[in-house]
Amino acid sequence: MKLDIFEQVLEARTQRKAVALVTQLANGAQRVVARDHAADDILAHVLDEAFRFDRSGVHKVPEGEFFVHIYNPALRLVIIGAVHIAQAVIPIAKAAGYDVVVVDPRGAFATGARFPEITLHAEWPDEILPTLGLDQRTGILALTHDPKIDDPSLHLALKSKVFYIGALGSKKNQAARGQRLIGAGFSESDIARIHGPIGLNIGAQGAPEIAISIMAEVTRVLRLGS
Amino acid sequence: MAGSDPTVLDQAAQWLKDGRQVALATVIETWGSAPQPVGSQLVIDADGNFIGSVSGGCVEGAVVTEAIDIISSGKPKTLAFGVADETAWKVGLACGGKIRVYVEPLGA
Repeated sequence: MKLDIFEQVLEARTQRKAVALVTQLANGAQRVVARDHAADDILAHVLDEAFRFDRSGVHKVPEGEFFVHIYNPALRLVIIGAVHIAQAVIPIAKAAGYDVVVVDPRGAFATGARFPEITLHAEWPDEILPTLGLDQRTGILALTHDPKIDDPSLHLALKSKVFYIGALGSKKNQAARGQRLIGAGFSESDIARIHGPIGLNIGAQGAPEIAISIMAEVTRVLRLGS
Repeated sequence: MAGSDPTVLDQAAQWLKDGRQVALATVIETWGSAPQPVGSQLVIDADGNFIGSVSGGCVEGAVVTEAIDIISSGKPKTLAFGVADETAWKVGLACGGKIRVYVEPLGA
């Protein structure tokens, strides 16, 4: 790998840009293809799914045999609500490779003592979320139960390309939230992007089991697409 | 980046900065119960130091030996390991899987 190609791969990672390193196995020729420009590549027909499902692999086409190495940005989980369930989600998310960011304007919740070793923003979501660059490798969990905090977060999440949006709350609360979102101008299909009640139904009891059900659902959406 | 460990690339960048000659090995295909997914990487220097993993320990030794040759030749190479391959069996991909590994000089 030539130095400039290697530097492009490293730079893409720093900037949270998805790229594929394409290597022609017969002669070692390499190119870096940005996800945004994948449609122009001779491997366009495989790149889209490869990026979506984070799937590197060898592809044979008339032009030769190519290894497509997907370098997607690190997975990231933005948690709204520095609450008890967030504390249970974080170790599982970190073990699965996510960078975790917690946002909660309530200073009493968002303390370094309660949330060591993660990025913590004691600010309102509508101030901080636009600065984070919500992208296709990011998932958002709204965990506060408080519409004043969760709703603005969901508005921004629905306007972004995040791969997963989940919101804590009973079916009744979800219905009320849906009505508020309709009132705010969102469509039924927008609202259908929100997973709520959050998590796979595994009969979870207590924060640790709820955290497992949430991360199981996040994983299913990431890997299977729904 | 499923399969990729970002710290391996960081290590490779650091070694290059230190003026060391470096090769990068990447798992490009797997069949059966291969222990490391496609995209897994091993970075090797000319002295045989290595960081990362392409097989969970089964074939790293053979990959490192090839990588040292590739650092001096400057020519990338695709290696295959698996139960069907007698040499590979000797180096011990005991998990029963098959893998292909692309080894290339880095930054050269």
